[in-house]
Amino acid sequence: MTISAPEATPTKLEQTGQLGYKKHTDGGWGVVPIQTRSDRFRSTDVADFPALTGREAVWKLTPIDRISDLIDGELDGGEYAYSATAVDGVDIRWVDRDDTRIGTAGTPEERGSANAWTRFEKALAVTVSGEEAKTVRIDRSQFGIAPRAAHVLIEAKPFSSALVILENTGSARLSENVEILVGDGADLTVVTVQQWDDEAAHLASHFTVVGRDARIKHVVVTLGGSVVRINPSTHLNSSGGEVEALGLYFADAGQHLEQQVYVNHDAPHTRSRVTYKGALQGEGARTVWIGDVLIRQTATATDSYEQNRNLVLTDGTRADSIPNLEIETGDIAGAGHASATGRFDDEQLFYLQARGIKEEEARRLVVRGFLTEIVQQIGDADLQARLEVAIEEELSGTSLTSDGR
Amino acid sequence: MSVLEIRDLHVSVETEQGSKPILRGVDLTIKKGETHAIMGPNGSGKSTLAYTIAGHPKYTVDSGSITLDGVDVLAMSVDERARAGLFLAMQYPVEIPGVTVTNFLRTAKTAIDGEAPPIRHWIKDVKNSMKDLRMDATFAERNVNEGFSGGEKKRHEILQMELLKPTFAVLDETDSGLDVDALKIVSEGVNRAKENTNLGVLLITHYTRILRYIKPDFVHVFVDGRIAEQGGPELADRLENEGYDRFLVGEATTA
Repeated sequence: MTISAPEATPTKLEQTGQLGYKKHTDGGWGVVPIQTRSDRFRSTDVADFPALTGREAVWKLTPIDRISDLIDGELDGGEYAYSATAVDGVDIRWVDRDDTRIGTAGTPEERGSANAWTRFEKALAVTVSGEEAKTVRIDRSQFGIAPRAAHVLIEAKPFSSALVILENTGSARLSENVEILVGDGADLTVVTVQQWDDEAAHLASHFTVVGRDARIKHVVVTLGGSVVRINPSTHLNSSGGEVEALGLYFADAGQHLEQQVYVNHDAPHTRSRVTYKGALQGEGARTVWIGDVLIRQTATATDSYEQNRNLVLTDGTRADSIPNLEIETGDIAGAGHASATGRFDDEQLFYLQARGIKEEEARRLVVRGFLTEIVQQIGDADLQARLEVAIEEELSGTSLTSDGR
Repeated sequence: MSVLEIRDLHVSVETEQGSKPILRGVDLTIKKGETHAIMGPNGSGKSTLAYTIAGHPKYTVDSGSITLDGVDVLAMSVDERARAGLFLAMQYPVEIPGVTVTNFLRTAKTAIDGEAPPIRHWIKDVKNSMKDLRMDATFAERNVNEGFSGGEKKRHEILQMELLKPTFAVLDETDSGLDVDALKIVSEGVNRAKENTNLGVLLITHYTRILRYIKPDFVHVFVDGRIAEQGGPELADRLENEGYDRFLVGEATTA
């Protein structure tokens, strides 16, 4: 008996939609822009990416003239000095480019990331094993002012558990890729803290793959630096995987702080929560948040929510907040997004002032509370305490009186 | 003897259709230790009076005065009014994310007293007051009003009132949305404050229910932005039986 499958009819969704209706186009362009986040061009070789015009979707909100050395220039990809706490169950060492784990979490989607990938010579590999909870802190403060490429690999073995903190301080002109491999059943937290000097520039792409029933909490805290752009993407390609992506940024005058967060739900029963909060103060303070969530046809029964909140403290600032949600299946448990950028909530100020608290102090309390919500979730008391002090210092930099409204 | 005096108060609120008058000549004198109930139908301006006393920026005082022991309250900022001894228990308290109840209470107490409360003493006071209001100890570590139930929000308002020890408290529909148990707990708190600090109370309510637990010395009926009738506690009983129809009919015929 032979059963012949019906001949496949190629559907050209680009031209013809459901029921033969012509799909809407934006004015009949010759080239259809990439419609799905996962369709973006990827390569580890910088030469595969054309020179930037500044109009590219991933660059159009970034001041590329301030980081052209990182995107186009030669980068020093050698080892750099770091210090780390010695912890049982955490192995930290330099590995060669041919380490089999490299390239398994993701591939650059833009030229800055590809430039770092092309130039790095050694990767700093952090390997976590053992089920007991542990915290490892890696301090990186010796990058210096020459443009550099770096590659970090963080692997959590199956069922392992750890909190890995990358603390970045000092001066730097750094483009790097961070690959995070979360093994089946593992519970990993990765925190990257940017408290760079005022002149520093830092581009980073974090690529995370999450194993079956594994969990990653990924936290980006950026307070210092001239241009800092951290783009974390998470691939939930095994059933039951979960990501909690948190971010906190505080932009002062002239600072550009950006994050493009991408969650790719590829497997069923995966869960994502993305919460980024930012504050802006001073002339030219600029923040960008782009949150892409893609729920693919295979990712049934997923649950996702992404949100971004920005608190504008003074005039002369600009916050871009762009949540994108793509859903290719009807069978989901939940999907939502939210974005809000605003001044102080007058009702919150009234409430506090009605309890005798002076306006300036009430404003501080509101901002501190707004940002502390993220800090509270990091899970390391020492780091949380230091970040609260750092936020306090940021706040003391401005007068938060009603004149600033 | 402290006294809060409201004289010929006219207040309007900005709307999209322009300025809309709400209060049209309110006269009221409250002495320390007295409890005044302000009752009235929805939209009569009761809450506007509460928020105007507290200094909410949404309301504009067109004429008239509010004085506390002869001092002009209207010239004070919101926080100055609170430090002068005025307290507003709000109908809809807002959430303050990331600010714990403990932190909030200590900050407010420090602001009101002008110095930080002695720590041991303070912790004991907070604990006792929370116990009196049947609030779980974990409450102190939650963020202000975040995820609080309606009853928890109201108890939290009364907790603040008991700890901050104002001279006069305005309770804006504190009874709304409370079940009978919560209503009793909240009322006990108000009665404790009256007893302990001889608090003057302006109790704003739509219903007579709470007046079973907090006995008013005076009852004022608010209609269309002014006091339409006033009397003793017996007026509340009459309202319980008759409702506000009598006043609303009168308004309709004179309009």
